Amino acid sequence: MKFINEYRDAELGKKLIARIQQRSTKPARLMEFCGGHTVSIAKHGIRQLLPPTITMLSGPGCPVCVTASADLDKAIALAKLPGVIITTFGDMIKVPASRSSLQQVKAEGGDVRIVYSTLDALKIAQGNPSKSVIFIGVGFETTAPTVAASVLQAAQQAIDNYYVLSLHKLCPPVVKALLDSGEVKLDGIVCPGHVSAIIGSHPYEFIPRDYGIACVISGFEPLDILQCVDMLVDQIESGQPKVEIAYRRGVKPEGNKIALELMYKVFEVCDGNWRGIGVVPGSGLRLRKGYQRYDAERNFEIRAGEPVEPKGCICGDVLRAVKMPLDCKLFRKVCNPEHPVGPCMVSSEGSCAAYYQYGEGYGR
Amino acid sequence: MCLAIPAKVKSIDGVDAEVEVGGVRRKASIMLTPEARVGDYVLLHTGYAINVIDEEEAQETLKIFQEIAEAEDRDSPN
Amino acid sequence: MEDKILLAHGSGGKLSHDLVKQNFVPLFDNAFLNKLDDSAVFELKGRLAFTTDSYVVNPIFFPGGDIGKLAVCGTVNDLSMMGAVPKYLSIALIIEEGLLMSDLKRIMGSIKKAAQESGIKIVTGDTKVVNKGSADRLFINSAGVGAIPPGVDISGSNARVGDKIILSGSIGDHGIAVISQREGLQFSSSVKSDCAPLNKLVAEMLDSGVEIRCLRDPTRGGLASTLNEFAESSQVGIRIEEELILVHEVVQAACELLGFDPLYVANEGKLVAVVAANGAEKVVEAMRRNKYGKEAAIIGEIVTEHAGRVILKTRMGASRIVDMLVGEQLPRIC
Repeated sequence: MKFINEYRDAELGKKLIARIQQRSTKPARLMEFCGGHTVSIAKHGIRQLLPPTITMLSGPGCPVCVTASADLDKAIALAKLPGVIITTFGDMIKVPASRSSLQQVKAEGGDVRIVYSTLDALKIAQGNPSKSVIFIGVGFETTAPTVAASVLQAAQQAIDNYYVLSLHKLCPPVVKALLDSGEVKLDGIVCPGHVSAIIGSHPYEFIPRDYGIACVISGFEPLDILQCVDMLVDQIESGQPKVEIAYRRGVKPEGNKIALELMYKVFEVCDGNWRGIGVVPGSGLRLRKGYQRYDAERNFEIRAGEPVEPKGCICGDVLRAVKMPLDCKLFRKVCNPEHPVGPCMVSSEGSCAAYYQYGEGYGR
Repeated sequence: MCLAIPAKVKSIDGVDAEVEVGGVRRKASIMLTPEARVGDYVLLHTGYAINVIDEEEAQETLKIFQEIAEAEDRDSPN
Repeated sequence: MEDKILLAHGSGGKLSHDLVKQNFVPLFDNAFLNKLDDSAVFELKGRLAFTTDSYVVNPIFFPGGDIGKLAVCGTVNDLSMMGAVPKYLSIALIIEEGLLMSDLKRIMGSIKKAAQESGIKIVTGDTKVVNKGSADRLFINSAGVGAIPPGVDISGSNARVGDKIILSGSIGDHGIAVISQREGLQFSSSVKSDCAPLNKLVAEMLDSGVEIRCLRDPTRGGLASTLNEFAESSQVGIRIEEELILVHEVVQAACELLGFDPLYVANEGKLVAVVAANGAEKVVEAMRRNKYGKEAAIIGEIVTEHAGRVILKTRMGASRIVDMLVGEQLPRIC
């Protein structure tokens, strides 16, 4: 596959690793923010290949994991309403909320369908005019424009039984909140690749400027990640933090202007409720008044009940990189992919799932 | 949410396109990348092209890797 | 003949009888079935292998096969994985009212073809029809009996340290072929299911004279789950190399698109073998002479370390665990 295979070349990888091992002398605590990076790092065993000076931490970059119980409870309440078809990405279906999960509602007779794209959800809406089709909008700036596009299409094609429950979140504000909390000491950030394809590199400039932390935007293939680490090490060794783009084939400094326009045409910024972190001002997206006819929150009566966090679950700490999955008393023994307690285990991108699945820290 | 794959645009009809990756074809929307042309590679995410891949930059990156590899070979003669 | 299956077709009355007598019996045409007795009666000496499986695949037609072909090959393969020569098969149908007669005939044709290729005889069967909504178009159960030649002892618990692991070909084809037909994940590709009867391949492997310790077909749960089963049963460690496992580009692409890992995708025409190290190359050569083993390769070995666990050496040179599949792979966007 073009633009994938070339970036998995083992020989080139070995050379990059050798270079990093030579040049890294100062301790470097690096956080990968994006769940896709968490998985890629675990899958290719990148942690093992890096020198002991480098510590890789996983941040709150899994949009499924950071969806607050209270928000997921809304989705579940909607799923139980008569005449409703819930359409959702596969990632969400097993996540345990306060009392149930979308999978459970499905097993109990709810019409919950996994879709690959909002385009599929629109088709379902067109094919079921007597039902209300609600799309559970989860994801960061990579996904929000696609959901915005679907709302615009619904408007164009007069599909009036299509709704979106917007649980979308924005990256830069939560990075700031994390850094402001002072809980984690970082030297560098592996910046998300596809979020950046949309927002560009400018939104990260506050990180080196105000916090002195190195930033490199990375792709997802093993060579991309190694190149990113190499560039971060460079910045750290020279003491000159800045924002750089390693993933140049996918990210332009100005991002995708059209996608951003469409996103802000349909959505406006609001406060975001992040599991394990709490409310972060200006970190969420909600539908604008002009598009409220497509807003599930405004059009349906949602009785979600009081949110409940699972006992003993430290997903919040893991998401803030204050603790590692191995620090959790429930990890593996009680909480595993078959019987997940918290979202970090059930989401395919969650730190705990990646650690469990690929045996990170196995034998240690 | 980051799973996006490089896919080649095979045909375009308004905002609808057909893309191909490694022999698998799928319908995609180019609402977010109206500048895409047949033959371009795009990043495909949940059925939408979110960016057009810069092929020159892709080649540049590979060149950088090659240069790093050659430098390593020179510096460590084992 | 009606163009749809009705409830009456399963009730045991005239319609039932005609369906069996005019369609199934002439199709399979053997002395056992022709008698139409309550049971097939036969003699078989020695150690026997006996297995059963139910087939509920959705959709029932997919590129490279259908539920009928699967029902024969799946059971033939379960027998073959014990080293047994497949002899007799039962086919029990649970049909949802309203299934098109033409679809049923097409599936029965596939069953016949697969049975002929493998040499197994369909000697007994059953047909039930249930109300619309009570079955997903068609479910099939097949049970098979086979005879194990003397001296053959194959089991998941036989692996020994030093043994080599052989994979008979590419992985992921069947699972991707099936899922490509499902609603909501519309994509088109040339991927065909690898569904095939492997009994002759196994016979040729046994003929090589090399000691075959374990055999299994990596169906649900894929290669990863099968290897974990071996590691667990034999209480040994398994090391495999990513570079040596064949995944066709188009299957890889589909997996990337959906967020699947080929290691966990079902295969219906492949086998994993654990064989004595000094004979491994010979077995691979024998396999490559068979049409279902052309891409056979050694992918790893049995080790003493990390007993019960499977470790993969990635392309980048690192090692990571390959766990058993938990739940099911869901198409993901992350």
